[in-house]
Amino acid sequence: MIELQHISRFFLVGSETVHALDDVTLTIHDGEFVAVMGPSGSGKSTLLHILGLLDRPTAGTYLLDGTDTTSLDANAVARVRGEHVGFIFQTFHLVPRLTALENVELPMLLASRPPSERRARARELLERVGLADRMEHRPDQLSGGQRQRVAIARAMIMKPTVLLADEPTGNLDTVSGRDVLDALAKLNAEGLTLIVVTHDSQVGGRARRRITMRDGKVLDDVRA
Amino acid sequence: MRPTDLLSFASQSLLRARMRSSMMLIAMAIGVAAVVMLTALGEGARRYVTSEFSALGTNLIIVLPGKTETGGINPGLLGGDTPRDLTIADAESLLKLRTVQQAAPMIVGQATISSGSRERDTLLMGSTRSLFEVRRWGVKQGEELPAIAWDQTASFCVIGGNVARELYPNETAVGKWLRVGERRFRIVGVIGSEGRSIGFDVQDLVIVPVATAMSIYNRTTLFRILVSTRSADDIQRARTDIIETLKARHQGVEDVTVITQDALMSTFNGIFTVLTLALGAIAAVSLLVAGVLIMNVMLVAVSQRTAEIGLLKALGARPAQITRLFLMEAVLLALLGSLIGLGIGELVTWVARKILPFDAVAPVWAVVFGIVTALICGLVFGIMPARRASRLDPVLALAGKM
Repeated sequence: MIELQHISRFFLVGSETVHALDDVTLTIHDGEFVAVMGPSGSGKSTLLHILGLLDRPTAGTYLLDGTDTTSLDANAVARVRGEHVGFIFQTFHLVPRLTALENVELPMLLASRPPSERRARARELLERVGLADRMEHRPDQLSGGQRQRVAIARAMIMKPTVLLADEPTGNLDTVSGRDVLDALAKLNAEGLTLIVVTHDSQVGGRARRRITMRDGKVLDDVRA
Repeated sequence: MRPTDLLSFASQSLLRARMRSSMMLIAMAIGVAAVVMLTALGEGARRYVTSEFSALGTNLIIVLPGKTETGGINPGLLGGDTPRDLTIADAESLLKLRTVQQAAPMIVGQATISSGSRERDTLLMGSTRSLFEVRRWGVKQGEELPAIAWDQTASFCVIGGNVARELYPNETAVGKWLRVGERRFRIVGVIGSEGRSIGFDVQDLVIVPVATAMSIYNRTTLFRILVSTRSADDIQRARTDIIETLKARHQGVEDVTVITQDALMSTFNGIFTVLTLALGAIAAVSLLVAGVLIMNVMLVAVSQRTAEIGLLKALGARPAQITRLFLMEAVLLALLGSLIGLGIGELVTWVARKILPFDAVAPVWAVVFGIVTALICGLVFGIMPARRASRLDPVLALAGKM
């Protein structure tokens, strides 16, 4: 379960303070499918970064599964990121010199898991996202939709409790976008918490809960 | 991260950035090759000098008139003044010592020699037949100086090969007359090519009986006495014996300097070892330069791979892991570069051995020193870029911003 209590994040841009998040209080339960929507600059990306522990709030408390994450040191934060959170990025962020299989293995490699275990698990996940025949391909040999599905497999390899996606369909055509969204929805149906930041109302339409943000505040929080 | 994973991840990213990697490899290789080549030269020169000294005879002792307080090279060696005479009788007295195998008195001077219309300046040496035994010289024509009493003058000489060639071209020198100043000497032999000495060419020498040379130069003291011992083990004992004998003959005053071959050799050895060290240190500067290059290129690598670093952080990489990853790359490059440099250095010294008169071989310590310095350089200069990478803010890094 994710609990944000009075979370604020200020940036100093020149001499001006920008309120990227302004006193946000939010609870997301396990297994929810949440779409965070809003115009650019509304603070939705910052919210995602804080949820993924890539960024720290200026003020407020963030409890992840009951643990206060604001007091953790850099190594502990890295571990939580590795074990509890999976990331999907708009630009995929695959390592170009590694094959699809190696890209998927990467989180387990960083966690010092034995090669046989991670190889088996990476294969299984790539098969699940329909890339059984693309395992030895490098990212530049894959289409956008295939790359994003590799990224989904990578995000899932450590069996995270929450999946954070930042405009996952932003760089994809409609058909590939739908495939990726289908894959994500399927994972959510299996009990994974899914939080998607998006502009795309079609994506927002599939979420069971829609949070609309503006100027760093939650404007609207609707459950379908 | 497991060590093998770390290694393969680092090498994969090095392979990916071929241009960058090869530039650093070249820099490192040049540094290590320079260490290998320069120290090989120094070491080769040292060996050369040592072997030249050995050719003089390993059980050789040199007695010089005058006492020097400092060790090493005596001014008498270079022809300084002589406080008390070292006489032919002194030299003869050494023959009675049990440890002494042979002794040869010696006096040296410049002389103008001529035969018919041909004339040249040369080094005139006065000595005895025993000189040939002590210095292991031989004759290629005729014979050595005849065995006569050391204090007896006589008009025959042995000449060097160059003298023979220049003054008696296309004819046999042995049996001919050679004019030295106002005197005439009959040539009895020509020195063989095995004759060697430091400081002058034996082949340019004219050797006459020692008493004759002393009368030519009107000197009463010898330039030096060369002594050979029965074996190399006897050197220290013979040295003491010689000093004692001459002290007794000189009214209890120790007024000679006794130089042993090994002392002289160790002096030169020391000089050349320091020279080799200095050459190695100079070459090490190029390793330092290579280290700075590694740092620069690694910094560029960090900024080029900012997004990847951000990704690794998002995937759960700890700061220390990122540091290790980049350090590993720097050390791998340094190691590989130094191995290539070692190969190049060995190849060049192998070629040098074919060309130079002496054996250029890099000493083991220099090779180890070169590689260790390269690794340390990689490590030290890799730390800064690696730490910079580990400290990147993940959000900015993912966006490709430093």
